Amino acid sequence: MTVDLCGIELAHPVINGSGTFDVIAARRVFGAAVDENFPFAAFVSKTITLEPRLGNPPPRLFETPAGLINSIGLPNRGVAGYLEHDLPGLATLPVPLITNVMGSNADEVGQLFEALEPRGEIAAIELNVSCPNVKTGLDIGADPAELSKLLAVVRGKTSKPLIVKLTPNTANVALVASAAEASGADAVSLINTLRAFAADPRRPGKAWLGGGTGGQSGPAIRSVALAQTSAVAAAIELPIIAMGGIATAAHGRQFLDAGALIVAVGTESFRDPIAGAKVAAGLLS
Amino acid sequence: MSEGDGRVQAPFGTRDVTIDGIEELGPYRVFSCTDAAGPVPSAGQFYMLTGAERWGGGADERPYLPRAVSVLAAGDDQLSFVIEVVGPGTERLAELVDGDRLRLLGPLGNGFSSPGTGIRPILCGGGIGVAPLAMMGQQLLAEGREVTSLLGFRDAEHAVGAEFIAGSQVATDDGSVGHGGFVTELLLAELERDPSAVVYSCGPPEMLDAVRAISVASGVPAQLALEAPMACGYGACYGCVVKVADGSFRRTCVDGPVVVAEELAVDWLAAERSQ
Repeated sequence: MTVDLCGIELAHPVINGSGTFDVIAARRVFGAAVDENFPFAAFVSKTITLEPRLGNPPPRLFETPAGLINSIGLPNRGVAGYLEHDLPGLATLPVPLITNVMGSNADEVGQLFEALEPRGEIAAIELNVSCPNVKTGLDIGADPAELSKLLAVVRGKTSKPLIVKLTPNTANVALVASAAEASGADAVSLINTLRAFAADPRRPGKAWLGGGTGGQSGPAIRSVALAQTSAVAAAIELPIIAMGGIATAAHGRQFLDAGALIVAVGTESFRDPIAGAKVAAGLLS
Repeated sequence: MSEGDGRVQAPFGTRDVTIDGIEELGPYRVFSCTDAAGPVPSAGQFYMLTGAERWGGGADERPYLPRAVSVLAAGDDQLSFVIEVVGPGTERLAELVDGDRLRLLGPLGNGFSSPGTGIRPILCGGGIGVAPLAMMGQQLLAEGREVTSLLGFRDAEHAVGAEFIAGSQVATDDGSVGHGGFVTELLLAELERDPSAVVYSCGPPEMLDAVRAISVASGVPAQLALEAPMACGYGACYGCVVKVADGSFRRTCVDGPVVVAEELAVDWLAAERSQ
C-alpha cells in the first residue's frame, strides 16, 4: 500500500500531524525503538519560524470532552537553530522528512523557503498558514486572495514539493484550497485545530490558557474535519493529507473514503506514541 | 541512536497490565500491578495511566488524556501507585478494582539523582507528593544510607500518608498530628542542625516553592519533583512546561519532573494552575 505524495514514496498512508510528535525527545524516552518501529510513513516537523520562539506561558493545555485545547505558541529554535541542531537528528529517520514552517508575511516565508532549499535531507515543505494560537498567519490562511498573494511571491523560492496546511477557521475552506491549487501548491493538509476558548473555572470570564485562546483537537473535531475534507476533495485535484481526531484505522478509512490520499495522526499520539503504527496496521490489513 | 542520558527508558507504546492489589489508606488508594514487559523504574520517574476500559464519560465527559502518576514502589515486575481523587481522571482510576486492566506508558521522566557520599539525604514531602519520596527512601535505605523524612499534610485524615515512609517527622496545617505548621519549618530546623544535606522534595507547588527558596538562600541543594498537567508525558505536546531561570520554558515530562531548585525561575509558581 505504498503511496506517492508529490513524488515522495511513502510505505503507507499514515503520517503525523505537525507538532504532535517530537523525535528527539522520543529517542531519549524510548531509545532505539523509535527509529526501529517508527510509527509514521513520513515525519512532519513542528512549525519552524525565522526567529526562535519561547512559546506561550503556561497553562498550555485544557482537557475537554473527547479532546483538548492547546495554546503552545510554536516554541522552536528558529530556522538557523533547526538546521544546525535538529536537522542532523531528523535526517537519520528511516522515513522522509517534511519540514513545517510559518512566517508572518511573504518576506519571512520566502526567507524560510530559501534557508531550507539547499538541504537535501528535507523532502518537502509544509506551510502553516493556519495556526490559531498566534497573531500571525491567521488572516493569510483564512482568505483565498491573501493566500494567493503570498504563494505568488514565495512559490518560486523552493523546488521542493509544497504542502499548504489549511486553517479550518475560515468561511469556506474549499475556496482557500482552490486558491492554493491555483497558486502552485503541490498538496494541501487539513484540518488544523479549531479556534477555542477555555474558561478558567475559578475566574469567571477569564481565559484559562496562558496564551489566551487556543486550538481544539481530538475526537471532538473529527466530524468537522471529515466535512472539510469532503468539501476540499470536491473542489481540487491536489493530493490531500487529512487529519482531525483520527484515533483508529476505521477513522482513517473514513478520511480516505472522503478523498484523502494520506491521513495524519495527531492528538491520539499523545495518548499512545505508537497510535500511528496501529492506524497504519489497521489500514493495511 | 538514543541520546543515552542515563534515564531508565520505556518500552515504545502503551501496554495493558492487570491490577492485582488494592489498598485503601485514608484518602489514598494504592494499587499494584504486574508489569513484566517494563523495566524497573528509578525513584522520581512516573507513568501515564488510563483505565483500559471506560476512559471518558465521567464528570464533564472527561477524562480524555492519560494521567501522570509517580511510581510509589517497584521491583520483581511489580509496580504500585498511589492516588488521591482530585478530578475526573483520578476518580476513574480510583474506580478500578482487582482484575481490571490498567493501560500504562513508562517509566517516564528523569528521576532523582543519588546524593554524594557523606551528605545526608532529607526527604521533604507534602500530601500525595509522598509517593516518589517513599521510593527514593527505600532506595537510599537499601544503599545503607540514613534518611531523614519530613512530611506535611493538611490534617489528621491525610497524615496517615506518613505510613508510606517509616520514621517520618510529621507536620499538619491544623496541628492535629505532629508539628502544627508547614513541613518547611521542620526542614529549616533540620538544616540548622546539620546543613550538610541534600533535599529531595515533592508536594504541592507552594510547598515546592518554599523548598526552592530555602535551597537558594541556604545553598543546600534540593531536587524538586514537579507535577504538571500533561497530555503525552514523553515530550511531544510541549504542554507541561515550567519557567526556568533563564526565562525559557522547560518540559516537565522529559527535562523533569525532577529539577534542581536553583534552575527554576523565581516566579515559576505564578503561572502554575491545575485544571
